[in-house]
Amino acid sequence: MGYEPQQDFGTPEVQSDKQVTLTIDGRDVTVPAGTSVMRAASMAGGHIPKLCATDNVKAFGSCRLCLVEIEGARGTPASCTTPAADGMKVETQTPRLEKLRKGVMELYISDHPLDCLTCSANNDCELQDEAAAVGLRDVRYGYEGKNHLGTVDDKSNPYFSFQPDKCIVCSRCVRACGEVQGTFALTVDGRGFASVISAGQKEDNFLSSECVSCGACVQACPTSALMEKSVTAIGKPERSVVTTCAYCGVGCAFRAEMKGEQLVRMVPWKDGKANHGHSCVKGRFAWGYANHKDRITKPMVREKITDPWREVSWDEAIGFAATKIKKIKAEHGARALGGITSSRCTNEETFLVQKLIRAGFGSNNTDTCARVCHSPTGFGLSTTFGTSAGTQNFDSAEKTDVFLLIGANPTDAHPVFGSRMKKRLREGGKIIVVDPRRIDLVKSPHIEAAHHLPLQPGTNVAVLTSIAHVIVTEGLAAEDFIRERCDWDEYQDWARFVSQEKNSPEFLEAVTRVPAETVREAARLFATGGNGAIYYGLGVTEHSQGSSTVMAIANLAMATGNIGREGVGVNPLRGQNNVQGACDMGSFPHELPGYRHISQPDVRELFENDWGVKLDPEPGLRIPNMLDAAVDGSFKAIYIQGEDILQSDPDTKHVSAGLAAMDCVIVHDLFLNETAHYAHVFLPGSTFLEKNGTFTNAERRVQAVRKVMEPANGYEDWEVTQLLANAIGCNWSYTHPGQILDEIARLTPGFAGLNWDRVDANEQLQWPVNDKAPQGSPIMHVEGFVRGKGKFVVTEYVPTDEKTGPRFPLLLTTGRILSQYNVGAQTRRTGNNIWHEEDILEMHPTDAENRMVSTGDFVKLASRSGETTLRVLVTDRVAPGVVYTTFHHPNTQANVVTTDNSDWATNCPEYKVTAVQVTPSNGPTDWQEDYADLAAMARRIETVEPAE
Amino acid sequence: MSTDKLRRMADQIARNFEAIGHDNAVLATADHINKFWDPRMKAGIFGDDWGQLSPIAAAAVEKLAKGANPPPQTGATEFNKVDEVGHNDAG
Repeated sequence: MGYEPQQDFGTPEVQSDKQVTLTIDGRDVTVPAGTSVMRAASMAGGHIPKLCATDNVKAFGSCRLCLVEIEGARGTPASCTTPAADGMKVETQTPRLEKLRKGVMELYISDHPLDCLTCSANNDCELQDEAAAVGLRDVRYGYEGKNHLGTVDDKSNPYFSFQPDKCIVCSRCVRACGEVQGTFALTVDGRGFASVISAGQKEDNFLSSECVSCGACVQACPTSALMEKSVTAIGKPERSVVTTCAYCGVGCAFRAEMKGEQLVRMVPWKDGKANHGHSCVKGRFAWGYANHKDRITKPMVREKITDPWREVSWDEAIGFAATKIKKIKAEHGARALGGITSSRCTNEETFLVQKLIRAGFGSNNTDTCARVCHSPTGFGLSTTFGTSAGTQNFDSAEKTDVFLLIGANPTDAHPVFGSRMKKRLREGGKIIVVDPRRIDLVKSPHIEAAHHLPLQPGTNVAVLTSIAHVIVTEGLAAEDFIRERCDWDEYQDWARFVSQEKNSPEFLEAVTRVPAETVREAARLFATGGNGAIYYGLGVTEHSQGSSTVMAIANLAMATGNIGREGVGVNPLRGQNNVQGACDMGSFPHELPGYRHISQPDVRELFENDWGVKLDPEPGLRIPNMLDAAVDGSFKAIYIQGEDILQSDPDTKHVSAGLAAMDCVIVHDLFLNETAHYAHVFLPGSTFLEKNGTFTNAERRVQAVRKVMEPANGYEDWEVTQLLANAIGCNWSYTHPGQILDEIARLTPGFAGLNWDRVDANEQLQWPVNDKAPQGSPIMHVEGFVRGKGKFVVTEYVPTDEKTGPRFPLLLTTGRILSQYNVGAQTRRTGNNIWHEEDILEMHPTDAENRMVSTGDFVKLASRSGETTLRVLVTDRVAPGVVYTTFHHPNTQANVVTTDNSDWATNCPEYKVTAVQVTPSNGPTDWQEDYADLAAMARRIETVEPAE
Repeated sequence: MSTDKLRRMADQIARNFEAIGHDNAVLATADHINKFWDPRMKAGIFGDDWGQLSPIAAAAVEKLAKGANPPPQTGATEFNKVDEVGHNDAG
């Protein structure tokens, strides 16, 4: 496919039940009422010249290039701001219009550098195109007058540059920043001829401004004024391939724009149903890790973890691993073996890894990163609704009146959806934020939460139960809905429970530290404010009562009738790109793909017949249990695809002890990650740009991942898994992920209607996709809950065992920042480090003053598990008594400090509550120094002398 | 495996089922351990001193150790049947 820019209809799509028919240049066109004449013309295959209009921002009507003549109307109205009307007759090409447009274009060009041949936008420039379209041949005014040429370029942003002399002040960037991204970092400074685009204040550049580098301005720019540096360096792309982002669970669709085998830029795809043409700094720009010098592309082995790595052939590496696996199985049995599937890899790759473990290794010791993030979502929502995936599509947010946001920070962790939320809030939606920190959705430009409930970490259940108390005792519950859709007896039990005085906001205020009246007001708003939607993240799940909190959320949604239609629902915001898919594909140790328990004989028989092996009927070990069992000597070998458990999992010392105790650790990854310090086999992985397959996003949307370049290591990840499987005696012969998807569809009822042709056609369907729902299922539980009646569950608040005291008086909670992703393996190897080069500890001014520490000081962060050092940022974003940090950098490793406490139902770690002390420090802890030595030793690669 | 940790896990499960009443909580705890614990974890807790467990956990473990196979007690343990979709999509 050659390079074609994405079609631009000029103004946004309009939804309307009413259609209007107009005539444009003699052709009848029928469009939804409210559609602009410009868009109608474009829909009919025509083109009206334009500069200030683009279809992801509202019409502006400033460039005066899109003028048209309308029969019966005076003058020459701008087609971008003129709505189509029934019977309207429009002319877009007349001598009068040609003259007007040429005059407008003449003025633009009189103040524009005429360096088209050396311009980075040459042949991909709307100004150039429109100058040609209007037939401009000369500029009567000359070029010597006052102009904007010779300005200084702003190259401060690592990914794009701003060249003011190329700017035509169309304001598309300013509007994209506001309307699409919702950051409002850009403005038009000055008036008339003095107008210039400005990022932040006068003294700011793009980097120092509030710009979040989402790229919306660059995408909107019609010239090279805002241009990707990669395009400037490499040149115009030659072709594009639609694929899916491999960062967060939003699942943005992108066009990978290529020149040969070289990626020039990633541009959000307008037809992506999850992102509708928007992006964040990670997906848009942070793909440089794919070609980073740290990338390992050759397999490596070593007998002992104290040995240096030895580069070997694929055959030798796979043979080495297989020999060890077979030996351990013979000596210790199949249950001594296990593996971890990756939520960053495709559905097909994940499916194969769990198949390898179950059918090849012979055990059910398979787990995935959902263990440490959203496993409580599975438990909680399946208990209450019978299905645990998000109930809505992202578009549903456009119909929401009141958002209840709990333990999630979408503007940082799910930025594209965060922008959707902000847009709805600017339109009049309201938001209640339940979070210990004052996140951006509490207060930022044009956003102010109706209520912020800054709860004490660990008290989610208490806060949600007290909200329920208000709803029930004040008679605000949706009884009609409950009677029809839920088990009425269970509701009454629950209502009696939440109505108890011990669950009132006033009683629980001492625990939650949220003023009772704030809880009452928030509860009333959520129950009576129209469509109420609950969105939540790891601030809900990563607690000792994570599963209870999820059930409390489901209780609230049912009690207020907020399930089963657009604008409402319960929506877990998934952390990684394919967490949903990894769970769907049978990554958990107790269930096969399709959420069917391993103990069910007919379920096993289905897989046994297909796979030709007997399966173990007992559940396997979860990740923390694998590590426990390794320390105890009953778990000996692990295959880890695309996960870095040493950095991401809690209580690092426990993780390292478990890994060190194993006889064979196989790490399959892009880089020598932290876990690889303890590995005996390293199998190089492939990036999402180097493979075919599917990812499933947080909306249950299954989207295509496409190979845009050959794998640097020679194999896609599913091929490597197949090599290993065949080396231990499996007889697999997949030649394309589509065949694996066929197997998934054959064995998994919710995927029965999917195949590679449908994926490749970019249908972007949301599961279930089957005979009952051939076009997928955008909204769940529309007619009724899939389990039958919705189940209310009594969720008693049980305080965590993790207590503050004199030695550890503060509570640490952890999270993410916009520019970094998870353990940082990818983003730390990109320009994103400019925004976040180290983990920082946020601390309230009162706590900082008590400890005599200031912003920038090194401090020691100590808990009952361990200690590390990092720098402090003094800020009132956190409440007194609470400190916050990220876990993106291995030299900090916040998880040295976190404990092995976990959710009662799923063992999801309690990352969000750790009792700590903070004291001034002069430098790294002994542990950090020892770890640095270990990392240096473990990453040695044997130097092979060249042959004579 | 460390019996301290297994004990802590069993007690935690039992504590969170406590609100549904002792008998129901015993069944739910037993069902939960049965559906989610690996055989060596079960063996570890079966061989432990049950007197050190909370009463609910102890009764649940005793039931399982004597061969009970309790039917599903919560929605989370009502898994999809072989051809079913959406009954329990615990992801």
